[in-house]
Amino acid sequence: MKLFRWKNRRTRTLCYMTLLGLLLLAAYLFGLLIPEEAVATDFMNAKLPPSLEHPFGTDSLGRDLFFRTLKGLSVSITVGIFASLISAVIAVLVGVAAAVGSKWLDNAICFVIDLFMGVPHTVLVLLISFALGRGLKGLLVGIAVTHWTGLARVIRGEVLTLRNHPFVAVSRRLGKSSGWILRHHLLPHLLPQFLVGLILMFPHAILHEASISFLGYGLSPEQPAIGIILSESMKYLSAGLWWPAVFPGLTLVLIVLLVDKFGDNLKRILDPYSAQE
Amino acid sequence: MKEKILPFLGAFFAKGVRMLALLLVVSIAAFALVSLSPVDPVQQYLLGAGPVSEEQRAQVEEYWGVNDPPVERYFNWLSSLLSGDMGISTLYRRPVSDIIGERFFNSIALMLCAWLLSGGIGFALGCVMGAKKDRWPDRILKKVCYLFSSLPTFWLGLVLLLVFAVWLAWFPVGFSAPIGMLDSEVSLWQRFYHLLLPALTLSLASFSNIALHTRQKLIDVLEDDYVLFARARGEGEGTILRRHGLRNILIPALTLQFSSFAELFGGSVLAETVFSYPGLGSAAAEAGLNSDIPLLLGITLFSALFVCVGNLIADMLYRVVDPRIREERR
Repeated sequence: MKLFRWKNRRTRTLCYMTLLGLLLLAAYLFGLLIPEEAVATDFMNAKLPPSLEHPFGTDSLGRDLFFRTLKGLSVSITVGIFASLISAVIAVLVGVAAAVGSKWLDNAICFVIDLFMGVPHTVLVLLISFALGRGLKGLLVGIAVTHWTGLARVIRGEVLTLRNHPFVAVSRRLGKSSGWILRHHLLPHLLPQFLVGLILMFPHAILHEASISFLGYGLSPEQPAIGIILSESMKYLSAGLWWPAVFPGLTLVLIVLLVDKFGDNLKRILDPYSAQE
Repeated sequence: MKEKILPFLGAFFAKGVRMLALLLVVSIAAFALVSLSPVDPVQQYLLGAGPVSEEQRAQVEEYWGVNDPPVERYFNWLSSLLSGDMGISTLYRRPVSDIIGERFFNSIALMLCAWLLSGGIGFALGCVMGAKKDRWPDRILKKVCYLFSSLPTFWLGLVLLLVFAVWLAWFPVGFSAPIGMLDSEVSLWQRFYHLLLPALTLSLASFSNIALHTRQKLIDVLEDDYVLFARARGEGEGTILRRHGLRNILIPALTLQFSSFAELFGGSVLAETVFSYPGLGSAAAEAGLNSDIPLLLGITLFSALFVCVGNLIADMLYRVVDPRIREERR
């Protein structure tokens, strides 16, 4: 951060965010571009500790864990992006509907949100994933339909306060239609909430993806996913194979922290109260 | 006295009704979800029974009412549920209520330890952070909290297992009791010893929420006018913290802790799986993997009940202690 001290916080944050974004993109693309041969089984080189040739070591089938982790990460990022995008869109639709709809609709939506929050997250994702026959689809849907509740509440509250602002009342008195007010007054205020909510939802989504894969629900065992690598590593943990457990998890944590930081910075920039500090 | 208790009972009753409605809808939703599943429960049940003829299969289907319409099946299930019969687990071949009862005992011990530990750690750290706002203890501890809140629970469990059970060999690798011992032979100390590492995992994964919340509350309180007045009167920082700070932040912290039952249960699914601890969480994961529908439904409902009770306690706690909410209702 010392490097950027000469600029104001806004510029500094923007530089920082661009860097983070590029890093994430690089991790994602790199994972996609790794050929299958790089993670092929190779019994000659099984259970090797980390070395220069295999930075994360190799697993019990001789697959290179560094490449496997990166490949898993890009799967996680894909699932995370889709799931949080769907979730955020649901959140906005539901939140706006609750705030502008009738009292009856608002009550119904609040009840549904309570319902989603009333069952532990992990159990709910398990149930949905089970209903859809496990696999990638179950995982994606399970995560997408369970993460919108928090953001929906925020959006509902935001719309409720916006509606009471004088400028909305003035527009209404001037004869503007509800659609016009929605487009010109509500949406511009909701967009930052949506973006920040979306990005801060992403770490939750990939953590849940990893957890559910770890429990054996998500992707099939041959596929590289952080959860699956870690669940395999459990079998060899007592034999002292520490690297399959430590490094893939550490990489996941790193990505989660990076995205979290990204979201926090975005929030500061988009919020007019803290943007100029 | 009477006019104090009556509104409280009214609120309790209203919340209770809402809770029952919620549970009913959870049961409908959960039942609909498992009915959607492509897994054939009869096939799953017969898997362990060896070869069966078409006739026997038809008998099982008849007995279970597989061919009835879903709504009818739901009401059959609900009516037997209300009379205390949750069905037979296809995985363990025992009544679901027995399994839940037995495993709940293990789980509640684990979750209670984790709950107390995370509450204690979180509250203490929150107080330190709030009292030393923006100075180095606050800055460091805040980073630690953010770090722990981004750790996946199961990975935290794996690392603790690796360090304390495999490398240092201070703790056993898993299970709730030493292997090969009868249930009656296991002492309370051994149970506790086996429970400590999963409980530590669970509490480390969840303390940051309460810590950050307590920090914010304490900062808000310490900026209040009465604290300024206390300072002007010459009270020391320690006295202020004890007289004004702690009393004001204890109840919100306790409430938050009671309403965190959902995360606690969700985390226990992962922590119990990592440590092969025989609790409800690991049973839920196994039930789903082995398509044990009665058990999965039972645990889902039970977890919803657990969360609801936590929320109810949190809500009532506020009502008992905070006069503002009490007055407002009247």
